[in-house]
Amino acid sequence: MSRFHDEVQAIRARYPEGSRSAALPALRLAQEKHGWLSRQAIEETAEALDVTPAFCYSVATFYDMLHLEPVGKHTIDVCTNLPCALCGAQRVIEAFESELGIHAGETTEDGEITLRAVECLGGCGYATVVAVDDRYHHSVRAETVPEIVGGIDGGT
Amino acid sequence: MAEHKVLLAGADEHDLTQLAEYRAIGGYAGVAKARAMTPDALIAELEKAVLRGRGGAGFPMGRKASLIDRKSAKPKYLVVNADESEPGAFKDREVMGKVPHRLIEGCLIAAHAIESRDVFIYIRGEYLTEYEILSGAVEEARAAGIFGDVEITVHRGAGAYICGEETALLESLEGKRGQPRPRPPFPPIQGLYYAPTQINNVCTIATVPVILEMGAEEFAKTGVPSSPGTAIFSVSGNVARPGNYELELGTPMRELIFEHAGGIADGRELKAVIPGGSSVPALTPDEIDVRLDYDSLGAIGTFFGAASLIVVDDRCCMVQLALRSTKFYMHESCGKCTPCRVGTRWMVQILESIENGTATHADLELLDSVGDNILGKVLCALGEFAVYPVHSYLHKWREEFVAHVEHGGCPFAGSSSLEGIFAPSDQHAHTPAGEEALV
Ligand SMILES: Cc1cc2nc3c(=O)[nH]c(=O)nc-3n(C[C@H](O)[C@H](O)[C@H](O)COP(=O)(O)O)c2cc1C
Ligand code: SF4
Ligand code: FES
Repeated sequence: MSRFHDEVQAIRARYPEGSRSAALPALRLAQEKHGWLSRQAIEETAEALDVTPAFCYSVATFYDMLHLEPVGKHTIDVCTNLPCALCGAQRVIEAFESELGIHAGETTEDGEITLRAVECLGGCGYATVVAVDDRYHHSVRAETVPEIVGGIDGGT
Repeated sequence: MAEHKVLLAGADEHDLTQLAEYRAIGGYAGVAKARAMTPDALIAELEKAVLRGRGGAGFPMGRKASLIDRKSAKPKYLVVNADESEPGAFKDREVMGKVPHRLIEGCLIAAHAIESRDVFIYIRGEYLTEYEILSGAVEEARAAGIFGDVEITVHRGAGAYICGEETALLESLEGKRGQPRPRPPFPPIQGLYYAPTQINNVCTIATVPVILEMGAEEFAKTGVPSSPGTAIFSVSGNVARPGNYELELGTPMRELIFEHAGGIADGRELKAVIPGGSSVPALTPDEIDVRLDYDSLGAIGTFFGAASLIVVDDRCCMVQLALRSTKFYMHESCGKCTPCRVGTRWMVQILESIENGTATHADLELLDSVGDNILGKVLCALGEFAVYPVHSYLHKWREEFVAHVEHGGCPFAGSSSLEGIFAPSDQHAHTPAGEEALV
């Protein structure tokens, strides 16, 4: 059996009843391995969890952090919920758009960076909050955007 | 009143993510104290403290523990709700990042009370750094033999606001789509895997060691009698010093906004305060002479919620505020109930027509009635969370909505602080060329 299969069994052992509770950690692991949840990734996960691929799809479609289509190697998530919005999040996301030459929701042509608007990231007192590969940057302003993009590995 | 650090005590002076430093300030003494008590005596002590749930509903934690069916042959579970996703809230993140051992200590004490050996901490997927800190602290405490026969598992979510609702959280923790369950049965009777389950917010559980340290009687003397203790208030929006402030319950709202948080930024005027996170009715400037506790806020028609104040200044268009708020709830609706799934979308469409000037007076009534048809007709409170704030904007700032209709567009004419604000529901993912998406 594959290493992925073994890793999923180790996760399952931490939960009661069997266990389907490993679904989210297993899908996350598959996504880390494949970059996104391709058909192959879903099928491997279903196999390891002893559930149907359809079950894995139904779960994966529910959660924003699980990707059923390819995303860039790096992700930039800009919070545009109310507290950040009141403090200028729109100017920040526009600065990222012009720095990267893409719209929110798109990936750079070289497949490196996906830019997204996201809902509240839980850092509202330090607006605008931007997560680069899930690491938070606080108090981001339009002027600090080029520095953030430049700091990304292989950034444009 | 100065800040009153109890939950966050010691975090400024010490690195409390380290077990040795937490122990040096008396950490984990509460576990020993609790384990010397019978579960019944411990629950009685917790009930005496009247620790009201910090996740929003304010139900007393000790009373919840007393409802657990401890005689059940099934395992008993303790689940900590660390899914914090309410717009405006960022307090649980600070607790996990700065005082993870206080949360773990609270878990061990609460587990003893309900005779549980299995604790799950469900942390929102986006909190990667806090997940690492908390997991590190769990490992360290386990290796030091503090757990006894209890096991603590930190479980990561994957991006879904609804998973903060307790029964949706349980579904998600069972590996499923996070859709709320009908109640009854309530979790203390049938929760995780149909076994008796206690669910509490991070700040609720992290306060438990404080009660053991002070004694319930002393604890109950802090704050106000109906809501003892402190709360960490998250203040965001247009204030000079946004951030988290731990204060005794019952502190005047005006003091928090104008003293601790430094008042309105950039010399602007206060326009609105949304006091409990974006899901509660907003207050006008002449309503803010209120004390920050569950009952005082309830008495003026709003909620304590997540103790998170979003402060809005006079540059903000209330229609745009309503629209951006409703787009969030529409995006996060789990889709199970028709009034919520369809109603939130309909509200967005009506608000868009008001903002772009194509709405009539009748549409204002329609917005009201679509909301009325969600309230009380849905399975969980998310539907209500979409409606409460919008109804408050529509009723308290009615002249602004009417002005949109009569002027045929936004009277701010592009100068609102929320002008053009983009929402995730406005964007569709674009697949890089050459790759096939599956759905
Ligand atoms: C849509 C929705 C989202 C919620 N999100 C959270 C949350 O992120 N964190 C939380 O502690 N409670 C949240 N709650 C409240 C929980 O359902 C539950 O009341 C709480 O976790 C109980 O803990 P407490 O008694 O310690 O407050 C949410 C409720 C609803 C309806
Ligand atoms: S009210 Fe909305 S979020 Fe809650 S169960 Fe119904 S559809 Fe889902
Ligand atoms: S609104 Fe941006 S982090 Fe909360």
